[in-house]
Amino acid sequence: MLNYVIKRLIYMIPTLIGMSIIAFTIIQLPPGDYLTSMLASMADSGANIDPGQIQRYREIYGLDAPMYEQYWKWISGILLRGDFGYSFEWNRPVGDLIWERMGSTLGISIASLLFVWAVSLPIGIYSAMRRHSVGDYAFTFLGFIGLAVPNFIMALVLMYFSYKYFGQSVGGLFSPEYAEAPWSWGKFVDLMAHLWIPIVVIGTNGTAALIRILRANLTDELNKPYVITAKAKGLPEYRAVVKYPVRIALNPFVSAIGWVLPELISGVTITAIVLNLPTAGPLLLRALISQDMYLAGSFILLMGVLTLVGMLVSDILLALLDPRIRFN
Amino acid sequence: MIAHTFIEDAPETGPAVSALKTGKPIETDAAGPWRLMWTKFVRNKVAVVAGIIILMLYMIGLFAEFLAPTLPDTSRPQFTNAPPQEIRLFADQPDGSREFLLHVTGYTMTVDQASLRRSYVIDDNQVVPIGFFVQGAPYKLWGVFPSDTHLIGPLNPSDTMYLLGTDKLGRDLLSRLIHGTRISMSIGLIGVTISLILGVVLGSISGFYGGWIDLVIQRVIEVISSMPTIPLWLGLAAAIPLTWSPLTVYFVITLIVSLFGWTGLAREVRGRFFALRSEDFVTAARLDGSSERRLIFRHILPSLTSHILAVVTLALPTMIVAETALSFLGIGLKAPVVSWGVLLQDAQNVRTIANASWLLIWPSAAVVLTVLAYNFLGDGLRDAADPYES
Repeated sequence: MLNYVIKRLIYMIPTLIGMSIIAFTIIQLPPGDYLTSMLASMADSGANIDPGQIQRYREIYGLDAPMYEQYWKWISGILLRGDFGYSFEWNRPVGDLIWERMGSTLGISIASLLFVWAVSLPIGIYSAMRRHSVGDYAFTFLGFIGLAVPNFIMALVLMYFSYKYFGQSVGGLFSPEYAEAPWSWGKFVDLMAHLWIPIVVIGTNGTAALIRILRANLTDELNKPYVITAKAKGLPEYRAVVKYPVRIALNPFVSAIGWVLPELISGVTITAIVLNLPTAGPLLLRALISQDMYLAGSFILLMGVLTLVGMLVSDILLALLDPRIRFN
Repeated sequence: MIAHTFIEDAPETGPAVSALKTGKPIETDAAGPWRLMWTKFVRNKVAVVAGIIILMLYMIGLFAEFLAPTLPDTSRPQFTNAPPQEIRLFADQPDGSREFLLHVTGYTMTVDQASLRRSYVIDDNQVVPIGFFVQGAPYKLWGVFPSDTHLIGPLNPSDTMYLLGTDKLGRDLLSRLIHGTRISMSIGLIGVTISLILGVVLGSISGFYGGWIDLVIQRVIEVISSMPTIPLWLGLAAAIPLTWSPLTVYFVITLIVSLFGWTGLAREVRGRFFALRSEDFVTAARLDGSSERRLIFRHILPSLTSHILAVVTLALPTMIVAETALSFLGIGLKAPVVSWGVLLQDAQNVRTIANASWLLIWPSAAVVLTVLAYNFLGDGLRDAADPYES
């Protein structure tokens, strides 16, 4: 088991390097470097700029160095000192800005993942056991709709309905009266009243996909002789299904962390922009529009790392669950 | 020598070889693979309907200028956020009888004195006659053929016919939606073509040669497919300079969208290559002295065409949604270009949607319909792709 984990960790390294290169490319993409932007904003505010000062800055930040050296400076800063660069829109180190936002991104992603699991497991089992029943068709239809409606459109539609029928604005995570209040039961209830919309919006896609997979896998399993034997022995249907076939069909649930998580983080990004949630999404968009590239690049890098860690966790869980994977 | 003797009254045993099946031969007995796939595909009614819808959407995109009642950027400031007008078939005549007259009902405008907000109410008494093949705003079909005939429109060009309502500048939503169809559908098509080329070339190389080339390509695919797509798209699209022309932006957005769509295709192609590489017909071709290029392009790729087609169809909606999302967030396509995403930009806040829900409903419906149709079509194609499995 330990060998397996170590092997997986080593496999992650090239992927991580690749991701950091992509993030660095995005940082470098906009024309001009961040000193030019800083000079422009300083000139706007009427500050005097000394050419010698500029040259010194260029040397400090290594802006005249070749690309690979700049990359090394950037990545070693992150790895050795936790220094993600400087956000000149906020006039603060990027490191100060991102952690809280990444935390809420992770939180909402995990909540959505739990939602995906909680909804798709019973529906998947039901659909597999009652294939071609009215309920099965209804869920299949809903699933197709869930797959076809893009996140941001669903967010807009839910916003519209909740505005029209409940007269409540759904943006943000808290109502204004709770936003600054200390934690209390009321605040928690208020959070839940706001949180369900993003979670439903973000989770629907994954739920629909997982139901389809679970239904297909479980259907294959239900036709196997051991299930028939169990039923012939007189086991109640519920036990004959839940005891073994469901366990075997659970593998995709665990491996789902690996492929659902990138989708969820993608979904959180755009949904958060529409619903104005305090996650990485809105800040990322703002940073990109104002070309605050170190902030934007750090978000993109960290979101990538987050999905990689998710995949690692899913692989380890899968190995724990299924010895066949461990020993191969 | 053996003497043959006839046995009298021996029972009739029939010919030693049974006759070929008489009657009409079953059509699929000697059909080629494409024929078999078609037969299997047509049996899936949902997929066929989906295919027809997709074809119709492309036709709408192709003849957008003619199908749109007016130009997408003609604005009438006196009709901002006007609700949809309904098509009616019969109208009351002055003498009290009802006669057939294709028309829409006009608006009456009321101004709220407190907020000075104008609102429009459908007025049943105003009749705006409409017709087919009417003369309207002049346009050039595909930028070449000048014409002013529109499929449907008001008989008197100065009347209003807003079947889906208008936006905040008083532009006809239906015309904009039809023109948006051209941009949104073509982005998917061009994007998927680029992905197809990348996916097939890299997937073939990876699957055919194996070894370290395969390892490198697989790593690259892993990196790309484990990045969350939307942040990545955002990052690349935001780098497009504001000064670029709409056409350049269009192609760059297409490129960005396709740059991350090819990985699934490459995986599929690679997997099939691994399976086919050791097939007898490939070995035979190799022994016959076929070059590697010939092996790949003449022998292996043709036998995966149907699978590729299915994967491509399933990849298309992702690209359309990607463009819509980027444009919606304001860093994809921008006005004056009209795409479904650009239209949805107008529906960004709840207050607008509450006042003019059609701005959200119709562009969203177009996106969802397209995505659904592509998914059903893709599923149908995937099932039909291998006609030999039961």
